[in-house]
Amino acid sequence: MLNDTQTEPTTLPTQRGAQLVTVNEVPATLDQTNFPVLGKGAKDFESVTEKISGLVLRKGVTKGWVVGFGIAFMLLMLFLYAVTVLFVDGIGIWGINVPVAWGFDIVNFVWWIGIGHAGTLISAILLLLRQDWRTSINRFAEAMTLFAVACAGMFPILHLGRPQLFYWLLPYYPNTMALLPQFRSPLLWDVFAVSTYGTVSLLFWFVGLIPDLASLRDRATTRGKQMIYGALSLGWRGSAIHWKRYTTIYMILAGLSTPLVLSVHTVVSFDFAVSQIPGWHATIFPPYFVAGAIFSGFAMVLTLGIPLRKYYGLEDYITPRHLNNMAKVMLATGLIVVYGYSQEAFMGWYSGAEYEKYMIWNRMTGPYAPAYWALIFCNGVVPQLLWMRKFRTHTVWLWCISIVVNVGMWLERYVIIAISLHRDFVPSAWGYYNPTFFDWATYIGTMGLFLTLFFLFIRFLPVIAVSEVRELVHIEHAKHGHH
Amino acid sequence: MEPATQPPIYGLMAEFATGEALLDATQRASNAGYRQMDAYSPVPVEGIAEAIGFKTKLPWGVFCGGLTGAVFGMGLQYWASVIYYPMNIGGRPMFSIPSFIPVTFETTVLFSALTAVFGMIILNKLPTPYHPVFNVQGFDRASTDRYFLAIEATDPKFNRQRTWEFLESLKPENLAEVPH
Repeated sequence: MLNDTQTEPTTLPTQRGAQLVTVNEVPATLDQTNFPVLGKGAKDFESVTEKISGLVLRKGVTKGWVVGFGIAFMLLMLFLYAVTVLFVDGIGIWGINVPVAWGFDIVNFVWWIGIGHAGTLISAILLLLRQDWRTSINRFAEAMTLFAVACAGMFPILHLGRPQLFYWLLPYYPNTMALLPQFRSPLLWDVFAVSTYGTVSLLFWFVGLIPDLASLRDRATTRGKQMIYGALSLGWRGSAIHWKRYTTIYMILAGLSTPLVLSVHTVVSFDFAVSQIPGWHATIFPPYFVAGAIFSGFAMVLTLGIPLRKYYGLEDYITPRHLNNMAKVMLATGLIVVYGYSQEAFMGWYSGAEYEKYMIWNRMTGPYAPAYWALIFCNGVVPQLLWMRKFRTHTVWLWCISIVVNVGMWLERYVIIAISLHRDFVPSAWGYYNPTFFDWATYIGTMGLFLTLFFLFIRFLPVIAVSEVRELVHIEHAKHGHH
Repeated sequence: MEPATQPPIYGLMAEFATGEALLDATQRASNAGYRQMDAYSPVPVEGIAEAIGFKTKLPWGVFCGGLTGAVFGMGLQYWASVIYYPMNIGGRPMFSIPSFIPVTFETTVLFSALTAVFGMIILNKLPTPYHPVFNVQGFDRASTDRYFLAIEATDPKFNRQRTWEFLESLKPENLAEVPH
């Protein structure tokens, strides 16, 4: 690595539409203590484009892909079975009942929607903050967001009881009932927040894909692939005028997505915080939920990214730098979440309110205490390993920690939702919630849906944003004087 | 039948190995008085749109889209809750502004994003499955690692001979005519 201070400041094309940046702004020490963003294999535009489009354009499928897709598809069939029975028999097949009327369906909804948040954080917020390392992980993280939102969106609709009437949630026309949704309800805000989030994530993802689809079109050797990728790329030809509008709106989309992603989990937390249930009615919920969403989302990016990197030979693109940085984000957001837990306990005591006190005591020592302490272990204890660099860069350890965090974040929502509900204000109204086979089948089934979509994505679309990595290669070259 | 006024070729195209060479060539073409031209590159090259004299007003369009979304969101809720079906919910005023903010925010973002993306696609005249530049041999590398500058025949200063010579003076890797 060359000492940057000795070279003349060079003007570089920067990440998607940002202003000009001079190389001297990057402190040399930062580069020397950190891992490089890209490995040696990603040396020029040709090798980057070849490697990533090669994964898509090669003939046939690998054995590992078939096995993975097969398992995912079987789980998807389990989902279809569970949903079919649900449609025939109604939501009585689930374990929910008064007082626990929100069970797995809402737990899973919040879990999935939280997972999606990391994709938007990586693609939008880190872009605005000029974190160049985001470039090689943003595409599959965005795909993860989309698929997670698709899974999340299922649950409230399935929970409706009459899912065929889901459009009653929206103000629609012609409305023969002369009734409109209740705009003062957080549940209605949720409909708008989640549907806007899904739409904007899809647009952002597709816009990012356009130049890469053009690369695939130009490298495809069969007529069929040329036609399909040609149509999907909308005939993109890399015109300077097109690029100008493209980079302009890409930055605008990032700017729009940033408050959007924060609003989505805030609104999700309003579903609870606006109610009067002890354990839900807390002002800390919005920031605490957003941090938890990012925490679980980064865990899922690692859960998917580490095997992807290994089996697709992407070590030059997803480098120890990425693992290290993602682990740090997980550690930071994990600590915010733990602060949230401590405040829930503190407020339970400090409020002096009988029901608040009982709620937190019941969490810690009641019938669901194992879930609470498992949550503290998964989200509070295990992530502390990430203080050590060894765990942040060791793929196997990091993957295991990411799984633990995924489990922990699921438990968090379970604890918040089921425990707060099961002991109502009057002991005569107390109940106990037991998930049934169909609760589990629907939950595990959505994992099948998620993984099926993900396996199709890694087979048919570029998992890494080719055109953005090309820009990064250009910047890295200029920075290190190989140009 | 093609109109009689259409020039016999689309234009002339020079190929360059780097973005810097393309930017330099575009600036010189602009200085030489050419206006109807376009550059093609695998990555956005900073400053090139300015060199061919292009500015986009799309951000203002997005702003208007966002404004429309905000007015629509708040208007919808006002109309529904105050005019169409006023209902007393927990004693709140009919026009309960704080409760109406989340939906207004979401429609603002949604309308802005839709305007941005569809504005970009429509103004770029996409999808364009066929374009003359695709006829040039080697243009497929415009999506990998090559940079192209095309001066179009519709430019008033365009002259098949003189423009060819001008582009040759820029020392391109390749030079070709772009047929329709």
